[in-house]
Amino acid sequence: MSTGKEWVDQIKDVAKKVRRRVLEFTLKNGGGYLSQACSSADILSALYMKIMNLGPSVAPKIPLSFPGVPSKDNKKYFTGAGYNGPKEPHLDRFYLSPAHYALVLYAVLVETGRLAPEGLDMFNKDGSSVEMIGADHSPGLELMSGSLGQTLSQVLGIALARKRRGETGKNWVFMSDGEFMLGQTWEAIETLSFYKLDSVYVFIDANGQSADGKIETVNNVEPLKARLESFGTAAVEIDGHNVEQIVESVETPHKDRPLFIIARTSPYCGIDVLQKRAPKFHYIRITNELEKMELEEFLKLKYGGDRI
Amino acid sequence: MKWEDRVHERNLVRWAADKPEVVVFSADLTNSTEIGLFKEKYPDRFYSFGMAEQNMMSAAGGMAREGFTPFVHTFAVFMYRRALDQIEMSIAYPNLKVRIVGFLPGITTPGGASHQAINDIGVFRTVPNMTILESGDATEVESVLDVAQSIDGPVYIRQLRGLIPRLFKEPMKFGKSRTLSKGNDVTLITSGIMTLEALKVIEPLKKRGVSIHHLHVSTHKPFTDETVLEAIENSKYGVITMENHTTIGGLGSAVAELMAENAIPKKLIRIGLRDTYAHGGSREYLMKYYQIDAISLVHAVERLLGETLSITEDDLVEPQVEVVEQVQKVEDL
Repeated sequence: MSTGKEWVDQIKDVAKKVRRRVLEFTLKNGGGYLSQACSSADILSALYMKIMNLGPSVAPKIPLSFPGVPSKDNKKYFTGAGYNGPKEPHLDRFYLSPAHYALVLYAVLVETGRLAPEGLDMFNKDGSSVEMIGADHSPGLELMSGSLGQTLSQVLGIALARKRRGETGKNWVFMSDGEFMLGQTWEAIETLSFYKLDSVYVFIDANGQSADGKIETVNNVEPLKARLESFGTAAVEIDGHNVEQIVESVETPHKDRPLFIIARTSPYCGIDVLQKRAPKFHYIRITNELEKMELEEFLKLKYGGDRI
Repeated sequence: MKWEDRVHERNLVRWAADKPEVVVFSADLTNSTEIGLFKEKYPDRFYSFGMAEQNMMSAAGGMAREGFTPFVHTFAVFMYRRALDQIEMSIAYPNLKVRIVGFLPGITTPGGASHQAINDIGVFRTVPNMTILESGDATEVESVLDVAQSIDGPVYIRQLRGLIPRLFKEPMKFGKSRTLSKGNDVTLITSGIMTLEALKVIEPLKKRGVSIHHLHVSTHKPFTDETVLEAIENSKYGVITMENHTTIGGLGSAVAELMAENAIPKKLIRIGLRDTYAHGGSREYLMKYYQIDAISLVHAVERLLGETLSITEDDLVEPQVEVVEQVQKVEDL
């Protein structure tokens, strides 16, 4: 009997496959941004499967190779925006801010049929557009966001332009909580509030982690909700691994205010063996055979040994 | 010679009237960057970002992606110093049509080191995709907008405000220097406000039998004007550059690179700030203190010629605009 909530299981299933794919690449490459898959897979899967109003991909299933950087003479240049569908006034846009989450996004694009699984064969290979730290030409991306904290400001400009044109599509931004250490992030927030840009929705993967370890030992960004609200935004706090909460959170009333969704997450959710690496999760480097065996064993037990 | 006040303010309003794609960004320095009138006339196209330049620069990139052309206004130091990463990653890398209108070049402000853009050209010359333009008079303050708007990519405009002399009749042309006087003893290449300063000594030098080939440069990057190379090649005693900027990275460096790459074995004297910050004071005082004034130019000519010319401040003349324009017309033909 249908419960009307089959989508919850579907999103959970995709999120699981995303974690598995990123784990496999981490094993294959001897390292990777694996904890980011653990913390964000549910959010990104829910965004692509249930929340965002995107058109079908208009980009090649197998990504083209590196087209050269943008310049007035580079006629071959492209961005990765096409994987998020065409740009139409009524359609939503998606912007990934922490570019090192790229593999998680690529995996979501694969699991949602926007990218061929073989497209990932080019991941982190010389001459490929499927870069480890995503760039403007990488699938699903179109901004240069590797220098953290710049995406929200760029989306502010995009949202102002879309407002000028009377467009109805929403602008979704995915951020990490570490980015709230940056002054520019708060400049963008105060300005989003100033211009009453309620077309901007920000999901924050609040995994409490940054490159040096736990954010609270590096600098402090909390209490995030109170800080965001004091800057004039609407903010809501949810369990970032609860798919229903993720989906419901976007309905939070926020007339004339940008909506920030603080998704509390775990950097080892779904791959529990990572827990012992605490407090450092930023980049999982597999340095010895024991670690490798342990993760491979986990992959076999949790997902069944067969590679996707 | 005619001095005119707030040229950019009036011109921008007139110029943008039939350009709905042009929007103006301000960082809490609206009247100081002469965009108050624009705000009044086109409030819908005016965006206040407050004192938050990093955000403003990235937002300009975002808006340019959507087909609008932001003319971002503030003091140059708050752009190339405070928000360089944002300019590079949000604007220059994606080659977006953002016009970065930076005010208070060099010693044009008594605001001191915090407000004086002394290495902006040097910094921006290293930024890929960036075009660099500099205004030297009222006509260029006006016509630089058309030049900038013709560029498919980001443009930095080193702009002047307040009281500005009108030296030229012809509009600025992209990548083309102006020949202000012809001669073959010394080739003098000036930019921005230094052109007016240099013009004060051209006549006294001529009276003493020194002929100066004087070029005014307004496009710093790309630096590809054949006229400049020819003038350098034809100079008998050498080349002098004069800039309201540190001698490292700006016009003097660009000329030095050009000479080196073309294997031109001539002497080069670069007049400018000599690897130093400046401080607060009047333009005249600062020019003298940092030895970038007309008399310093005389001394540079003396060094090249190896003789004393006995020119003092009393010999300096108000630039003869008519003479300037005459040569200009010949050049145009």
